Amino acid sequence: MGSLILCEDLWKVYRVGDVTVQALRDIDLAVEQGEFVAVMGASGSGKSTLMNILGCLDQPSRGRYRLDGLDVASATSDILAEVRNRRIGFVFQSFNLIPRTSALENAQLPLFYRGLSLQEQRVQAGSALERVGLAGREHHYPTQLSGGQQQRVAIARALVGSPAIVLADEPTGNLDMESSREILGILARLNRDGMTIMMVTHDSDVAAYASRQIMLQDGRILFDRATTSHVPVMQ
Amino acid sequence: MFAFILLTVLTALRVLSRNRLRAGLTMLGIVIGVAAVIALVSIGQGARAAVRSQVASMGTNVIVVLPGATTVGGVRGGQGTAMTLTVSDGLELKKRIPLLVDTGWARRDVMQIVNGNRNWNGPVNGISPGYLMIRDWAYTSGGPFTQVDVDSAARVALIGQTTVENLFDAGEEPVGATIRIKNVPFRIVGVLTPKGQSAQGADQDDVLFIPFTTAERKVFGSQFLGSVGALFASTERPEDLPEAVDQIREALRIRHRLQPEQPDDFTIRTQVDIGSVQEGTSHTLTVMLFAIASVSLLVGGIGIMNILLVSVTERTREIGIRMAVGAKRFHILMQFLIEAVTLSVTGGLIGIGIGIIGARLTTIVAGWPTIISADSIFTAFIFSAGVGLFFGLYPANKAARLNPIEALRYE
Repeated sequence: MGSLILCEDLWKVYRVGDVTVQALRDIDLAVEQGEFVAVMGASGSGKSTLMNILGCLDQPSRGRYRLDGLDVASATSDILAEVRNRRIGFVFQSFNLIPRTSALENAQLPLFYRGLSLQEQRVQAGSALERVGLAGREHHYPTQLSGGQQQRVAIARALVGSPAIVLADEPTGNLDMESSREILGILARLNRDGMTIMMVTHDSDVAAYASRQIMLQDGRILFDRATTSHVPVMQ
Repeated sequence: MFAFILLTVLTALRVLSRNRLRAGLTMLGIVIGVAAVIALVSIGQGARAAVRSQVASMGTNVIVVLPGATTVGGVRGGQGTAMTLTVSDGLELKKRIPLLVDTGWARRDVMQIVNGNRNWNGPVNGISPGYLMIRDWAYTSGGPFTQVDVDSAARVALIGQTTVENLFDAGEEPVGATIRIKNVPFRIVGVLTPKGQSAQGADQDDVLFIPFTTAERKVFGSQFLGSVGALFASTERPEDLPEAVDQIREALRIRHRLQPEQPDDFTIRTQVDIGSVQEGTSHTLTVMLFAIASVSLLVGGIGIMNILLVSVTERTREIGIRMAVGAKRFHILMQFLIEAVTLSVTGGLIGIGIGIIGARLTTIVAGWPTIISADSIFTAFIFSAGVGLFFGLYPANKAARLNPIEALRYE
């Protein structure tokens, strides 16, 4: 079957006016099932671009990208949507919950687009919320939840469709220390249960939760190594 | 797919109920347009039905043959001034044309009618026995002329409701009373049921009928014995009218010995001709009202498009989130289309309600007849859904074409 994520000679080139920006240059990357990878780098290093491509929100200008054995480098937008729906769970820095919509309904969303029956959507979304410790908060609106709780709803939404990988983009960027530890604890636990996780962060303390760290600089991989000081603070 | 549409409709309703004022103002154009369609079409249809029932009050499937005009030294008289139609024409038509169920004839003149110390100037009609049958006229009291009355030119009369009101006190029984026409006493043998206005607006109940034979010999004193003011005939079915008209024309031309190049010396009319002019008028009215209503639907549709464009911009981030979790372009397109249609259909339903109330009020306040047809309600409903679909398409397509990364980054 091979690697879960396999990038070969991946380039992303933007044209902004007359200027050509090479956001990613010659990325070769393989991520195996069950890994917890932290992608690090300064702003402008290309880590967001990489995550967008890995998350099938964007497509590379050149090179090959196989996700779960599927070539998605040149797929149509509908196929990309299908891949995002079934194989990828997103967690964003700014939570990105739909406002004025309950936690349960937010968590149901991927299943809604999968065409499951309402009954099934509710049951699965309910158990996903339970996994992130939000049982009893199903009918709260985002505004009634703390930042940490909102991010947990987002994680439940990422999990609900049993994806192949969870992509987290600065998941603790908008949270206080306490909530950050909570969220990282949940991600670490999910990883121990077998979920593959890739997380973008610029914080080396946060990156320490991962088992592998990739550093990007100017669109290239600067280093790619196993975490040496692996001291996760588990709750 | 069904679950998707159902949930999307529920979401749309929730989004709209959150912005009630905005949704209400957006729907206003559709509400007014649909209400106008429903109310005005129901008034138009009411007017048409009224015309139709007036035409029917003349009697159904009736053919009227009027004499032609006189020409004296190049000066033509008005219609009916020539005495070209006769009783024998009528008898001949009855004999020759089996399509005709009944034939009759009449002559009228306006005369002073006297009852005791009251008098009234009204039309007196000498009629043949078939006439009232053709006009489909019934009696409130008394009954028709007998054959003996006709044969003996008896001085008997049938009286219309308006004439009764002008010659008799309220509650007085006209049947059996004696009135005088040109000093000739007549006994009233029957009162006719009211028919109301004719299609031309004349009071059909302002009338007095006497046997044709009596009129000819004792009242009108015609210099042309046997000539009639008009011939009447009726057919079994309305479809037979054109065929019967052709046969009558042919028979009369032969009887009047008209050469092919000579014009008819008579005119044939049917209820269809009389009614069609006025139905045409109210049809034009309906079309015009429909055009006005369409303009207001168009304006309403543009309102919906405008508010949807605002909504797409406001919810750009939500669209990005939905795309990130796997919504295809089709899903986003459907979501906004369904929102547009929900808006316009809700507006349409409110408009239908207001239109029905408006039509009822018109009937109550102005006394105009209105008919609310299922057809117009159905059409209004479909139209409002169509307006939502059409004007929602552009904003929905705009939403569906958003780039997910940019949408997610949108502040």
